[in-house]
Amino acid sequence: MTGAPEALLAARGLGKHFGGLVALEDLHLEVRENEILGLIGPNGSGKTTFFNVITGIYAADAGTVLFGGREITNLSAQGVYRAGIARTFQRSRLSLSLSIFDNIMVGNHKRLNQGLWFNLVQRGAFRRELEENYAMARELVTVFDAPLADRMFEAVGGFAMIDRRRIEICRALVSRPKVLLLDEPSAGMTHDETKQLMDDIMQVKESFEDLTIVIIEHEMGVIERITNRCVVLNFGRKICEGTYQEVAADPMVQEAYLGLE
Amino acid sequence: MAEGAGKQRNALLPGIVGIAVVTVYLILFLSVESQLGVALLLAGGAAVVLLAAKFGGIAGMRQSFAAQERGMNGVALLSVVVIAGFFYEDHFTLLMITVVLIFMVASLGLTVQFGFAGVLNFAGAAFMGIGCYTAAVLTKNTALPHVFVILAGGLMAALIGALLLYPVLRTRGHYSAVITIAFALLFKTFLEVNDALGGPQGLRVDGMNVFGWELNDNIALGDDFEISFYFSYVIAGLVLLALAFAFVRRLERSWIGLNMDAVRLDETATACFGYNISRWKITAFTIGNFLVGMVGALYAMMLGFIAPTNFTFGDSLILVSIVLLGGIGNPWGIAVATTIVVILPEKLQIIQEYRFLLYAVMVILVLLYRPLGLLPRPLRSYFPGWVPK
Repeated sequence: MTGAPEALLAARGLGKHFGGLVALEDLHLEVRENEILGLIGPNGSGKTTFFNVITGIYAADAGTVLFGGREITNLSAQGVYRAGIARTFQRSRLSLSLSIFDNIMVGNHKRLNQGLWFNLVQRGAFRRELEENYAMARELVTVFDAPLADRMFEAVGGFAMIDRRRIEICRALVSRPKVLLLDEPSAGMTHDETKQLMDDIMQVKESFEDLTIVIIEHEMGVIERITNRCVVLNFGRKICEGTYQEVAADPMVQEAYLGLE
Repeated sequence: MAEGAGKQRNALLPGIVGIAVVTVYLILFLSVESQLGVALLLAGGAAVVLLAAKFGGIAGMRQSFAAQERGMNGVALLSVVVIAGFFYEDHFTLLMITVVLIFMVASLGLTVQFGFAGVLNFAGAAFMGIGCYTAAVLTKNTALPHVFVILAGGLMAALIGALLLYPVLRTRGHYSAVITIAFALLFKTFLEVNDALGGPQGLRVDGMNVFGWELNDNIALGDDFEISFYFSYVIAGLVLLALAFAFVRRLERSWIGLNMDAVRLDETATACFGYNISRWKITAFTIGNFLVGMVGALYAMMLGFIAPTNFTFGDSLILVSIVLLGGIGNPWGIAVATTIVVILPEKLQIIQEYRFLLYAVMVILVLLYRPLGLLPRPLRSYFPGWVPK
């Protein structure tokens, strides 16, 4: 469990409980630079809690989180984002009444000039920043789905689930994070849509250098196809780790997750 | 180029016709005395609006505003001047028009708070009262030019609003609304027991004087042509409204407007994108209170006399219902809703005593059948007519 130098994000003995319920216990987990790591486990095994603790939504009860060698355990959600970790949510948390562009700009918060004077008075400079960001957001959306890029100023509420996921991932990517946390991106989608979305994610991975992805997923096909490595959680602990093939062959995993006797 | 200009003129046409119709209608409505006439005009107005909506008149107006926003705003301002000019010697009607303008500015303040950042403020009338009392004290005891008195009214409201920030930020949703309700009640009681501020009897306020121009004097043109002094207050109110409107619009069309929307819509998600949620709520709350207090100072100078009964919780509710009715977050919705809410009870004297009942019914109907308000807020466009390549 000693930290290999290439670990970009590492949890050391991480613990979190809600009253008597243990959500994470003594969790040791390492994410290596530039990999796609699958985080799997049965419902309630602590996957989303792990994301929430990493991103500062919940405070950890025990242990530490290291990011690029720096401790980020007690950083606020804002601090974690600024450090370079962005995420999506299991249930889409886009603002449905705002346009695609507005939603993506929410993800770009730290790179936009938030000064009152700049925003209200220096409209020429504001316009330049707006147009630069529009071009960038459009390019990003085009990586996913070109037709979507022509509808940047329509309300997100009018789009299908798969498009919303794409927009949500764009929102997380627009600030160029080092680590992208995807919380069950295939939730609520059909088999074909899931396949499309995974193609998109692979494409994103290729077009972004130095992007590390951690993905929570229930569809084993997805995990097998896109991850380099998997970590299996059960009852808030890591029970196994390795490539998909190694993990799938592990009797502990089969018992806990695949439901085999 | 010529073709483009022609096209633009065509796009402007529905907007100008629409505003002209509204202008004539309002003049008629304000002139008519008999209750039957008022009722007939109301029915006629409702029918015209429904027909216009059905046959694309409203959509046409929207397009005109989108195509030539500045020009259309100018036309709308002109329309107010025309209406006020028509009633140039009628004190009461001009007073009513000024009250509409003043309430519009105050509702714009609440729009920034509630419509943008989601901070409910049930103490709108109290913040207006702070502006009023600031004006009363300053005009009485200092020689501060009245333009600065208006600014001071806004600053004072923003400052006292800061006292509420801590409890409002520590609570969410309904709970922070309850805090503002408590403040509204507390404020009125405070005025009633505070002798320095006139107690229940209230205070006299000097009329406004802008660089030597006494707004409380009638304007005499020639020997037998006199314009009511309230006309001057219409102009003063219109200036404040135009400034507040332009400011709120610009706020909405910036990253700050986006931040406020994002904070209102999902605090958890925005926190994950680095938002300092308190910062944007404080910004919205302070700006809103400033606008409300600023226009309160003008209100006091126009009324000439203020008392705690001007700033009841009921008046705060009227401001909130204007925002709900008009279309949450849409400044134009505010304009329509304020006109209805202020003028209707004055003209329909039968309902005078029942006006709160009327507001309640209107708000319930709107929330049931048009939850986004009479004029729902359109999507943000950062610059009027901006179409990026």
